[in-house]
Parts: sequence; structure tokens; C-alpha cells
Amino acid sequence: MADRDMKALTDDIETPVFETTAFATPPPLAQATVALVTTASLHHPDQDDFAPVDTGYRVLDGSRRDYVTGHWSPNFDAIGFGYDMNTVFPLDRLDELAAQGVIGRVSDVHMAYAGNQFDLSTIRMDTGPAGGRWLREQGVDVVLLTPV
Amino acid sequence: MSTLAHVFEAEGIATVALGSMRKQIANTAPPRGLWCDFPLGRPLGKPGDAEFQHRVIAAAFALLESDGPVFAEFPESITDDGTGVESCPLPPRHDPDLHPAIDEARGLRAAYDRAIERFGNRMGAGRVVDADHVTDAIEALIRVQEGTPWKEAGIPGIPARVCQDVRGYYETAALGLSDHVPDAWAGTRWFLDHTEAGKVLLGARVAMRDAGVKQPIWFYMAPGDH
Repeated sequence: MADRDMKALTDDIETPVFETTAFATPPPLAQATVALVTTASLHHPDQDDFAPVDTGYRVLDGSRRDYVTGHWSPNFDAIGFGYDMNTVFPLDRLDELAAQGVIGRVSDVHMAYAGNQFDLSTIRMDTGPAGGRWLREQGVDVVLLTPV
Repeated sequence: MSTLAHVFEAEGIATVALGSMRKQIANTAPPRGLWCDFPLGRPLGKPGDAEFQHRVIAAAFALLESDGPVFAEFPESITDDGTGVESCPLPPRHDPDLHPAIDEARGLRAAYDRAIERFGNRMGAGRVVDADHVTDAIEALIRVQEGTPWKEAGIPGIPARVCQDVRGYYETAALGLSDHVPDAWAGTRWFLDHTEAGKVLLGARVAMRDAGVKQPIWFYMAPGDH
């Protein structure tokens, strides 16, 4: 078992095609509010776990550190995240950048989706835009997206 | 991942997407994509290495300066050669009357608890099987391995999820047994290839496959290369 073998399993999986590419222009990073969004199915222990094909999202409280992965795929290394959450969800790093003035502020809220999707239409048409709108309403300017 | 980048940008949020698989992130073409040739599950590259993680984030945020869609590659790769294994001591047999996997799982409980105390519970157990009931799950898998139809074996949930909790219990215990940053996949290789419970899990999976169980039921009980 090697990482290249695992990647080979899904390397040729069909990917969605976007005929146009939306492009938002952010404020200068030193003035921007930055949030993390991950497809690692993270949630807090008191939130619902992710269902097998869960197209929803969970709002993550940036003041907490009890993030649990609810991802259904066995095909990624989890012990790196177990050792250091920043391997997947680099919130401590963002806090450090905010303290240094590199970014304006770290959002109080972040978000997680489930990456193990066979049909992306609901996320593309419904829960994805809804999550984006909600983050925008929270004042988020920039999102760093992380997979597993 | 990259799909979310497209839809968030349409809502007015600037995004930078990290990707571990080059073809996927290149084909989905998020507005700002950074391919990082790192092992799956480690998008920031190196656990416990804040300086490295900052380099990744700096490369990602540098893409925000582009005035149009941009795709870039992080200049450093992290390669897993498939050989790293957590060198965790396994507990000696305590009760010879128990199945070795049950004896082993019980013997690892102190290490599991130590790791939970130090790192928190980030990867299981506890999704459907908590640490107090991991041995119940393993007993059910033993029955499957020995020929009991999976629906009659008492597996306490969807087999794939149950197996994730067993694997999570073991890999968390591995963190309690080692004093170093684990290499990518080293915990999984240790669990599947070196522990009694790993043998049971893989044996149950093979038994289900051979019994004609639908592929999605047994396939996701272990990484897909097995």
C-alpha cells in the first residue's frame, strides 16, 4: 500500500466541467476576513455526523478545537489529522497570520462539507451556493479550501 | 473541493483551493488552484510542522494577487514510498482464552486513552462504535470471518463505518504508543498489516466478498487498494 496506489484508484474519476469561471476580487489580504472550508466532513461532537451521501454542510466554531472527521472514505491517511488538526484544518496558522497582520481577521465561523460525493449536482446547485451566501453574510471575503 | 470554489466565487467570495491530485484539480479548474503533491489526507503537508504549513498557505494566498484564474504547483513534494509503518509495541497476550484480536484491542485501551487525552478524538472511535464497544465490533467481524452471514453477525452499524471506528481506535492508540510525527499511511499499514484486528477486518471483508455480498457493502471496509 502506497499513496500513489490510492491516488491511482480515483485519478481518472470524472470531474465536473464549468463552462465559465466565476472570479471574485478580494480586498487586500491584510484587510480581508478569511475562513476555512474543508471537504473533510469535519464536525463538532455535538453536531450530526455526516450521512453516507450527505450533501449538507456543518458550521464550525472557530473558538473550538474539537473537530472530528466524519468522512466516509477509507482512502486517505487520517493519522496526520489525528496528530495535528492543522494538517487539514489550519486554523492555528490563520490565527498566527492574523496576529502578524498578514490577514485582516480570521472568521469566527468556518464550514465543512463531505468530499465523498458521487453526484455533485446538489452541492453545485443548492447547498454549495447556500453555504457561500451564508459565509458572505458573516463577512467572509476569502476562503481557503482544503480536501483530504 | 474545486466545485465549491466555483460556486463560492459566484457568491462573491474569493477562494484558493488546495488539491492533492493533480489531474482532478487541473481538470475542475477552480478559479485559484494550488496543487500540492502531498499524501491524501494531508493537504497542508506535514503534521506538527507549522513552518511548512505556513509556506503552503503563503503559496496559496499568493494566488489572490492574480487578476484572473490561476493554477499553480507547490514547489515541494512529499512522497510516501509505501514502506513506513508505525513501530508500535503490541500488548502481550493477557487472556489466552480470548481471541487474539479481542485481547489485543483490550490491551491497547490505555494507549488509546492517553492519545485522546493528548490529541483529542479526531478520527474515531465513536462514530457508531465507541471505545468501550470496539471489542463488540471486532467480535462481530470475527463471526463474519468465520462464516456467519454479515447481517446475522451483529455488526453494530454499516460495516464501512464500523470498520472506520475500529481503525480509528487503533490509529489513535498508535499515537499513544509513539513519540514522533507519524509518516503518511504508517498508522494504517500498522493496523492492517501488523495487528490481529487488522487481520480480522480484512478477513471479514474477503469473506463478505466471497459470499457474494454487494460490492459497496464490503469494499469500503478497508482502503481500496486492498
